[in-house]
Amino acid sequence: MKQSIRFFGFVLLALMLISGTTVAEKKVVTVFGPFQEPESTRFEAAYKVFEERTGIDVVYTPSRDFETLIFVRVEGGDPPDIAALPQPGLMYRFAKKQQIKPLWPEAVSLVEKNYSPVWKELGSYEGTPYGIYHRVNVKSLVWYPKKAWEKAGYQPPTTWAEMETLCGKMIKNGHTPWAIGVKSGGATGWPATDWMEDIMLRTAGPEVYDKWITHDIPFDDPAVKRAAEIMLNIWRDPKMVYGGAMGILNTSFGDAPKVMFEDPPKAWMHRQGNFITGFFPKKIQDNLADEVGVFGLPSIEPQWGLPVLGGGDQYVMFSDRPEVRQFMEFLATAESGEAWARAGGALFPHKGQNLDAYPDKLTRIQAEMLLNAEVFRFDASDMMPAKVGAGSFWRGMVDLVGGKKTDSVLRKIEKSWPK
Amino acid sequence: MTQERTEDRLLQKALVGVGRLFFTLFVPVTAFFIFFKIFIFLRDGNAPQLVMTLIAIVWGVGGVAALYFLGYWLISKLSGKWNKSLLPYLFVGPALVILAWYLFIPTLRSLYLSFFNDTSMEFVGLANFLYCFTDEDMLISYRNNLIWLIVGTSFASGFGLLIAILADRSKFEKISKILIFLPMAISFVGAGVIWRFVYEYKPAGEDQIGLLNAIYTAFGGTPQAWLMIQPWNTVFLVFIMVWMWTGYAMVIYSAAIKGVPVSLIEAGRVDGAGEIRIIAAITIPYIKGTIIAVSTTILIITLKIFDIVYTMTGGLFDTDVVASMQYKQMFAQHDFGMGSAIAVLLFIAIIPVMYLNLRQFGQQEGFK
Repeated sequence: MKQSIRFFGFVLLALMLISGTTVAEKKVVTVFGPFQEPESTRFEAAYKVFEERTGIDVVYTPSRDFETLIFVRVEGGDPPDIAALPQPGLMYRFAKKQQIKPLWPEAVSLVEKNYSPVWKELGSYEGTPYGIYHRVNVKSLVWYPKKAWEKAGYQPPTTWAEMETLCGKMIKNGHTPWAIGVKSGGATGWPATDWMEDIMLRTAGPEVYDKWITHDIPFDDPAVKRAAEIMLNIWRDPKMVYGGAMGILNTSFGDAPKVMFEDPPKAWMHRQGNFITGFFPKKIQDNLADEVGVFGLPSIEPQWGLPVLGGGDQYVMFSDRPEVRQFMEFLATAESGEAWARAGGALFPHKGQNLDAYPDKLTRIQAEMLLNAEVFRFDASDMMPAKVGAGSFWRGMVDLVGGKKTDSVLRKIEKSWPK
Repeated sequence: MTQERTEDRLLQKALVGVGRLFFTLFVPVTAFFIFFKIFIFLRDGNAPQLVMTLIAIVWGVGGVAALYFLGYWLISKLSGKWNKSLLPYLFVGPALVILAWYLFIPTLRSLYLSFFNDTSMEFVGLANFLYCFTDEDMLISYRNNLIWLIVGTSFASGFGLLIAILADRSKFEKISKILIFLPMAISFVGAGVIWRFVYEYKPAGEDQIGLLNAIYTAFGGTPQAWLMIQPWNTVFLVFIMVWMWTGYAMVIYSAAIKGVPVSLIEAGRVDGAGEIRIIAAITIPYIKGTIIAVSTTILIITLKIFDIVYTMTGGLFDTDVVASMQYKQMFAQHDFGMGSAIAVLLFIAIIPVMYLNLRQFGQQEGFK
């Protein structure tokens, strides 16, 4: 017995030594995030330059349940070095509990140099910068089947009034203007919040929009109600939306645009972020620039111009090591996005980036829209407390589309706001 | 002379004793030290994945075995009395520790967290529980759980009993029982995916790929979004559970029915009882214990039902149940306090049923 125990100990020790020698002094940075194939491969391609230059090994691990797991990992004492957070609300919470490390002076000056001020603000909690933005998206986009539009003689509208005239013309022609779907598993309702935020930005302007996020105006404020009503005028009208309200609630957001590419199209426009092209039918994706047209959701009140609603992943740091800092600094440079931009499906906020890297004209239009936007605002539901932004707001939108009264729905969301 | 010798011998004995004691302590301490070192290495090391995995397997499996051997070796050094009384704990102990670590401590921690706010940083007293009893959505979730409880339990248990009785008298007993038991092999999430295709809705004019709508429109109806019709949508969801658990109830009832003594039934027949009378007056009273055991088991399942709601509607259109509210509060809205409070409530609600269930199973000969 004694002998066998000793023997066992030796085996273990030997194993440890063997493995010890195979451990080269390679530094590793672990990154945890929500986006998966094919985006994860594109991200890996994007930081390959960094790995080659520094010899640091960056390991990106995606998870479908990121928003749940990141909490479990952090609270359980096993955080990654860096996490890609799609919602500023997540960052606020980690910052509040001092679980993430603030940016150091060099990183802050990099952010100031390479981004427009809004991105620094979006990465800050109570004035302290924590996050570095990398891939971002533009949501105020309307997609349409280009060839069918040409045949029907439709022109992209530039004002809300023009868009209304266009919708009227479509209805007269027996066409249904909009394709909309809000189903998305546990997050059902979010496409509706995006619509409403876009309209809010265009009717109430960026300042009121910010107050809405910080709860300086209540959720049942007249400005919010007006935005909801403008949206519902379209959404609840069965002539305006393919399948009517029932169709909206029973169509998943990714399937919604597909009816635009049938012959003849069953719906003629679709408002959604730039990522939606990945959900288009394969044969459309192969000829994206020929098949699909895009324009910014027109402005409503001319004084606010054409605001851009968007979102993005911010990278925050849970452990402070030199190699982690190095990688964070790399993400703040235009170089870090180029390979991903070339692969497609992503936009980057860095100043002075190479716009030619974007694969087609369609994407370039979006990147320019993002860089030139006078007013850029982050998706409000992602900034609100999760109780509202990932709870009552989504749910309230579903209730609204389902026919509940605007006043009572807005009041209910207001009531759910944490004190 | 003799005195010196005895002293010598005593010294010798003492030295050997100390040496033994030292050795007895040295072995486990060294072993623990090595295990701990490997643990640290596994946690922080950067070796290739394959090496890590191999070490982890050897460390895990070998470590557990080595710990048992060590414990056994240590105890075997003790005198007979100690040896006898300690040995059982060596084998039960680890299981108890793991049980405490994974079940008991988390339960206490949930109770503790339920008195704190969303980030667990501020004490809020009973505010979370107050919310649980006043919030509109929470109240709806109680109502829904009640529907699950009543409709789910009575139908699954009732159908199970009915089928068991009928199958007992049928020529196709085996085949029919297999078919009805089959859905038990599917997970709740899997069943959710299957039933999504039953309840699927497409706007009028499209091909109805949902089974129910295909039938309904074939008879001239307009397509219905079944899962949005309140409050029937909850009943539609309950039927998925009934579909799955009827088989379970049936199998156990069937076994119990076969245990009813033939002499009793024949005595009943001799006394002139009809089949229905025999079932009502002999079979059912005889298997009463089984009925309680099966019903409480299904009751517990309906109380903690989550998967079906989560995969089918995500709790929308007022289909939320207590467990899905808990998940939402905890993992979608990151309110640890509220999530824990709901979990505690659910736990308290399940305890009496659990007690009844375990007692009943304990009384049954077959489960002893």
